[in-house]
Order: sequence, then C-alpha cells, then structure tokens
Amino acid sequence: MEGNEPEMKNPRAKGGDEDVEMPRQTPKERVKNFSEVALGYDEEMAIREAKRCLQCKNPQCRKGCPVDVPIPEFIDCILKGKYDEGIAVIKTKNSLPAVCGRVCPQENQCQMRCVKGKKGDPVNIGRLERFLADWEREHGGKIPEKAPPTGRKVAVIGAGPAGLTAASDLVRLGHEVTLFEALHVGGGVLSYGIPEFRLPKKIVQNEIGYVQKLGVDLRLGNLIGRIHTIPELLEQGYDAIFIGSGAGLPQWTGCPGENLGGIYSANEFLIRVNLMKAYNFPEQDTPIRIGKHVVVIGGGNVAMDCARISMRLGAKVCLNYRRSRNELPARREEIENAEEEGLMCNFLNAPVEFFGDDKGWVRSMKCANMELTEPDATGRQACKVIPDSEFDMDTDTVIVAIGQTPNPIIQRTTEGLVTDPRRGIIIVDPEGRTNLKGVFAGGDVATGAATVISAMGAGKRAAKAMHEYLMDEGPRGDSSSNGN
Amino acid sequence: MMYRIVAKKPLAHKETLFEVEAPEIAAKARPGQFLIVIPKEGGERVPLTICDYDARKGTVSFAFHEVGKSTKEMGTFEEGECLSNVTGPLGNPSEIKNFGRVLCVGGSIMIAPLLLQAKALKDAGNHVTTVLGCRSKEFLFMEDEAKARSDVVYVASDDGTVGEKGIAFLNELLRKERFDHCVVMGPVVMMKTVSEITKPFEIPTIVTLTPIMIDGMGMCGVCRVTVGGKMLFGCVDGPEFDGHQTNFDELIKRQRTMLPEERLSSILYGADGGCKCGRQ
Ligand SMILES: Cc1cc2nc3c(=O)[nH]c(=O)nc-3n(C[C@H](O)[C@H](O)[C@H](O)COP(=O)(O)OP(=O)(O)OC[C@H]3O[C@@H](n4cnc5c(N)ncnc54)[C@H](O)[C@@H]3O)c2cc1C
Ligand SMILES: Cc1cc2nc3c(=O)[nH]c(=O)nc-3n(C[C@H](O)[C@H](O)[C@H](O)COP(=O)(O)OP(=O)(O)OC[C@H]3O[C@@H](n4cnc5c(N)ncnc54)[C@H](O)[C@@H]3O)c2cc1C
Ligand code: SF4
Ligand code: SF4
Ligand code: FES
Repeated sequence: MEGNEPEMKNPRAKGGDEDVEMPRQTPKERVKNFSEVALGYDEEMAIREAKRCLQCKNPQCRKGCPVDVPIPEFIDCILKGKYDEGIAVIKTKNSLPAVCGRVCPQENQCQMRCVKGKKGDPVNIGRLERFLADWEREHGGKIPEKAPPTGRKVAVIGAGPAGLTAASDLVRLGHEVTLFEALHVGGGVLSYGIPEFRLPKKIVQNEIGYVQKLGVDLRLGNLIGRIHTIPELLEQGYDAIFIGSGAGLPQWTGCPGENLGGIYSANEFLIRVNLMKAYNFPEQDTPIRIGKHVVVIGGGNVAMDCARISMRLGAKVCLNYRRSRNELPARREEIENAEEEGLMCNFLNAPVEFFGDDKGWVRSMKCANMELTEPDATGRQACKVIPDSEFDMDTDTVIVAIGQTPNPIIQRTTEGLVTDPRRGIIIVDPEGRTNLKGVFAGGDVATGAATVISAMGAGKRAAKAMHEYLMDEGPRGDSSSNGN
Repeated sequence: MMYRIVAKKPLAHKETLFEVEAPEIAAKARPGQFLIVIPKEGGERVPLTICDYDARKGTVSFAFHEVGKSTKEMGTFEEGECLSNVTGPLGNPSEIKNFGRVLCVGGSIMIAPLLLQAKALKDAGNHVTTVLGCRSKEFLFMEDEAKARSDVVYVASDDGTVGEKGIAFLNELLRKERFDHCVVMGPVVMMKTVSEITKPFEIPTIVTLTPIMIDGMGMCGVCRVTVGGKMLFGCVDGPEFDGHQTNFDELIKRQRTMLPEERLSSILYGADGGCKCGRQ
C-alpha cells in the first residue's frame, strides 16, 4: 500500500498506457444496496494513474475545468506523496473536491481536453481529485487562514453548491456571512437529489461542516421570501445578498391523469428517498410506495438516478425517452451503469395519458411513438409524434423526470428583480450581478438546471464581484440600510 | 436553533396545542399560514397550521391531532423539550378585510387555527358567525375562545351529543341569514359538504386544503391539487383555495396514497414505544 513502486501489478498493455480502473461494486451486488458504487483509488492506484500525466507546460485539461483547477500541479503532488499540499492546491479553486471528483461530467470537461485522450485514455483527473479529497477527510484537513474582518455582512440564500462556494469564499475574505437554507439539511441537490450510491451523504455533510468551520453561520429551515424577503434582508443590515436558490420546481407532462397516485415528480421521489431516507422505511418515518413496473419518463441524469434507485427498491424499470439513444442527455457512464443494473429503454416514446384503478392509483399509460425531425434552432434533434401510433403499457409507478425550473418564491417576493418570464431564471451579468443594487445570483437559479461545477463557478465569480462591491462602498456608516 | 415547547395544552382526547419558541417565525406569521415541524431528528416533515403567534414573547402555536406515528410521537413531548426543526411561516396568509357578515366553519383539530382567523376577521370589522364541528361531545374544545372571538357561535356534532346533529342545519341557517364570505377549515369531507351547501347561495367560500406535503415550499409537487381545472401546489399556491372550484374527490384519493405505509409505521410505533399493546 504505502510505497510508490507501482511497477509490480501494473497491467501495462502495449505501450503501457491503459488507464487505471477504479474498483466498483458488481452490478449484481450493488443493485441490492444503496452503498457507493465506485470505490475509489487506493494510494498505489492513484500514483500509477498520476504517472500517466505528461505534466504539460500548457495544460489543455485546465481549460476544460470551469473553475480552473491547477490540474498538473495537484497531480505532481500525488506523485511526490505530498497529499496535503495537493489538496491545498485544489482548494485554491475548488472548495468541494470530494463532490466534484465524483459527480463532475469530466468526460465533457477537464478529461475531454487532456492530450492523452487524443490517442488513448485521458488521465482520470476526477478520480485523482477524489483520491486527494478522500485522503484529506480521513487524515483531518486544515482550516485555511481568513482575512481580517471587514465589518461587512452578507446573506447567502441556498446551501447548494453555488451558495456554499460563495459563502466560503466571502467568509475567507473577512466578511460576516449568514447562509439561509430552506430545508432542514444543507447541500441542495447534493443532499436531496443525487443518490447515496453516487455521492454518500456523509461526504456532503463533511463539506458543509468545513464551510461552517470557516465561520459561516448556517441557518436551516429558513425559506427566504417567507421568513424574510430580499428587501427585508437589506433593511436588516445585510450589505450584499447572493441568491443561489437552484432550480427546484418540477415540470409536468401535462397529460391527463397525471394527478393519480403512484405518479411522482422526480423531485418528490428523490426527496423521499435521499433526503428523508425512505429506502430505510419503516426505520425512517417517511415512506415511499413503489410498484413492480416503474416507468421513468425522461433521459437526463435525473431520470437515470430515479431509475437506478427504483431498481434498488426492487422494481423492474423502463425508461421512456422521446428521442433516440444518441440524444440521451445523461452521462454515458450513468447510462452504462444503469443498463448493467437491468434498465430497459423505450426510445422514441412519449406519454399521452395515464389511467388508474378505482382507488386512484396508476395502472397503465398510453404512449405514442415519435420520430426524429430536423434539428431545431439550438441544434438539438427535434422530434414529433407519429400519428395513430398510440399503444398502452402496464405500469404501477411513474416518475416524471423531464426537467426543473427555478422555484418562484424569491422572484415573486422581490419587487423589481428582473427575471426571464419564460424560463423563470434570474437575469445576471457574467459576474452574477442582478439588476438590483447589492443583489447577486448564480447557479441553477440563473442558468436553469446545469451542473455542480458550473454552479460553483458562478458562486466563485459572484463572490469576487461581491467582494469588490463591498470594499468599494467605503467604510460602513451607522445607518445599516444599504442598497435600495 | 432551539424550538422549545413553552406550553403544552391538552384540548381533548388526542388533540393537543403546543406553544413553541421561534421568535423569527412569530414575528412574521399571519393567519392562514402553516409550519413544517420535524419532531425528532430523522423524522417526517409534518405540516401544521399556525393557530396563534406572539411576536413579543417570540412564540408560535399549533394544535395537532394524533392520527399516525409522527403526531403520536409528538404527543409524548413535554413542556421544556425541544422539537428538532420548525420551518415557517409557509403558504400564503388569509385575506383579512371587512367582507361584512362572515361565516367561519371549523371541524375537529382545525377549529384551533380557524379561531385565529375568526379573531382577525372580527378585528377587521366583520360580523362573525362561527360553527364548531366535532365528532361528539367529548371532542369539543375551545368553545369559550370561539365565543370570545365571534358574534354568534353554533356547535354541531356528528352524533348529536352536543349542539346540532350534523352540518346540514347550515342549509337552514343560510336560508334565514345572509353571509358575504365563508371560511371553512376541517376534514376534507366536511369542507366539501360545506362548499356544496354554500354554492347555491353564491357565498364565496375559502377552504384550507391539506394534501400530503413533504417540503412545503414548492419542490416536490406531492401536494398538487386541481382547482378550477388547473394543477396548483397546495403549499405555495395555497393552502387556501376557492371551495367551489376545488376537486375534493381527487384530493381525498391523493391523501390516501400512502395509507398502508402509514398504518405500518403506526403499528410498529405502538409496538416498540407507544402503548405496548401490540407485539413485543
Ligand atoms: C438527481 C440529480 C442528479 C444530478 N447529477 C449531477 C451530476 O452527476 N453531476 C453534476 O455536475 N450535476 C448534477 N446535477 C445538477 C446539479 O446538482 C445542479 O446543477 C447543482 O446542484 C446546482 O447548484 P445550485 O447551488 O445552483 O442549486 P441547488 O443544488 O438546487 O441548491 C439550492 C438550494 O437553495 C435552497 N433554496 C431554494 N429556495 C430557497 C429560498 N427561498 N430560501 C432559502 N433556501 C432556498 C434549496 O433548498 C437548495 O438547498 C444533478 C441534479 C439532480 C436533480
Ligand atoms: C397545510 C396543512 C395544514 C395542516 N394543519 C394541521 C393542523 O393544524 N393540525 C393537525 O392535526 N393536522 C394538520 N394537518 C394534517 C397533518 O399534517 C397530518 O395529520 C400529519 O402529517 C399526519 O402525520 P402522522 O405521521 O401522524 O400520520 P400518518 O399515519 O402519516 O397519516 C395519517 C393521515 O394524515 C395525512 N398525512 C400523512 N402525511 C401527511 C403529510 N406529510 N402531509 C399532510 N398530510 C399528511 C394523510 O391523509 C394520512 O392518511 C395539516 C396538513 C396540511 C397539508
Ligand atoms: S472540478 Fe471537475 S472539471 Fe475541474 S478538474 Fe475537478 S473534476 Fe475536472
Ligand atoms: S492535459 Fe492531461 S497529460 Fe497534460 S497536464 Fe493535463 S492531465 Fe496531464
Ligand atoms: S409540499 Fe412539496 S411542492 Fe408542496
């Protein structure tokens, strides 16, 4: 384990450049539990993989990372066995490496740009990042130094990736930060959305604990817009506000019968299972009712997570997606994982109507076949219903996973805040400024559902702009009201 | 944050009122809004209507009826103990203004929050007639409060052991007296019946819908109801809706979707901590 002589069991094939596999639970095993699927590198594996990095002078990988993690530098630290330095290097740019190492779509980001990927496997940057973060958690991390107090007060709304990042950056710059979270648990989608087997909740809690140790005052169970509105927070003496309230409002198909029992929004299903731990019912109080034939409608990562959870709860699962396999928006890796676990897919299939029994529980659904047409204005393959192609399908549980939009509570209670009426998102400039003085926003609430790392990037950029804004205002006067 | 129970008042057999320390909520609460209470860490998120608040004392009150595991467990809490989490105020406040002559109808546990509204309506200059509905005599509570907060009070019980027998007497009352506005809070079946009674008299009727909820802030959609043919969320669009536009039958079915699981939970709780009458 300890040493750094990886030559022994190295499966170096021709040219010696196969990437190091990460051990995973077998599909048969994992479909029966909620434990993490991917088990992570040990030291020997990490060093072996780190050796594959060419330490490029002009690293392309870094350009693919939305938060500009110094990739070759941290990989070099692994090679030298200086893990604590490695994690410090990552944390200059990314305050949630244990999360990003697991859930970043690396194949479209850092790893897509890695030069090694041109001829073979790219360096597994995400796995190495995860290795360091996990090492730190086991060995106890250091709390970085903070700037002296500035006397400025900041409110951050939402403890998802965007809010956690903005809050930790701002507190390190010496501001007093209150983080308001509506739920009784922090983490946003990391806690309520992404399942335990992809992102163990103790890791999320650990990251939240780190932000609190930095000095952020986390207030759970505070729904902004109800307990305090944005204008009220400004009146209470907060000098600036960051809104990171995410995209938590479920979308529906609009088909008749959608209010039957047994039809869940992806969010309801995920909140019950992940946040309220219904997979442990009745040890945990919140139940989930799942039938034998689950249909998941959608094709993104959220749909994939719902499908994989349903299989773990013992159901047969079909994914009904309106386009074809090539257009599936979910990550390749997740689709493969899900299919290994037994997922069946119905492509070019759209729901038309749901039918229930006399108790009001869903029993079957009518679907229509679709065909692909010319790509639309955004370049995305469009599709349309094939006339008279309808057919019935038996099902006793339906999960609607066709997207989320921002929750409108803040927008409705903040007069004058400019939003996009169609998508419900808050309009911001590249640094996260809204049209209201001192009010910033970022993450899914400003982009629509996106990724963890892009939400973090938005939180970082906004924190920088907020810091400038706060320091430009000059010394703080006695009158606490600022902004409006 | 500590959500200490500063007062526990038994109302009837299985009905209890808690006054809880929550200064920020107390400062913001209005009639018609609700809380989400997590009794113990790891427990369910239980929606409960606010039935009083005192901004100076920094307390907020709610009344609950022991029906299943979570509410039974909450019944075991004593004064001085703390609830794990209380989130609120949630939902939209009631519309309080001078409507003229108002009819307030409350059933079982929802009488407590109804009286908060009755008081606000009376303070706004309305003539308030309150009807207290209960199963039978021993389930009647807060009659004195009702008298203090309204101009006229009627009592009705399902079995006729106190006051009028059943709610049908409302038909007669409406024929005799004019009302400009009606507020109903109670079991869904009762809200449905009262809405059917007031409809021919064209009295605007506001009902407080109690679909199953989890987050209570618009994230999950389990609370969806059909009102005026549209899908709305009980927690953020309500909880008050137009009783003449509400699809009550759908709501009743949706409330029962987790019944087997709720029963199991309740039985297991009874067996390992509650009354000990079940298996060991
Ligand atoms: C099931 C699922 C799987 C996903 N998988 C991946 C993945 O593998 N990789 C990836 O990169 N991305 C993934 N995503 C997307 C990613 O999780 C999100 O893009 C990201 O979490 C957005 O971060 P955020 O901070 O903007 O919002 P969120 O994570 O949504 O956090 C917002 C927080 O704000 C709180 N809030 C909302 N309104 C208020 C209010 N009024 N007052 C106070 N608090 C409020 C919410 O409770 C929540 O905690 C997934 C998403 C889902 C749903
Ligand atoms: C907006 C709103 C306001 C409410 N106000 C009050 C109140 O002031 N006093 C009061 O006693 N009750 C109130 N209720 C109902 C109360 O929330 C339920 O009685 C409670 O959740 C039951 O939980 P349990 O575990 O004890 O019972 P369970 O055995 O879980 O359920 C018993 C019955 O309660 C209903 N129920 C179960 N879970 C929920 C849930 N998460 N949300 C809503 N209903 C549920 C179902 O119809 C179920 O059949 C309100 C509900 C809502 C939605
Ligand atoms: S944060 Fe994400 S994109 Fe950036 S280096 Fe890490 S895994 Fe790659
Ligand atoms: S591009 Fe690939 S090989 Fe080059 S530094 Fe980045 S990870 Fe290493
Ligand atoms: S309770 Fe979840 S949306 Fe209303």
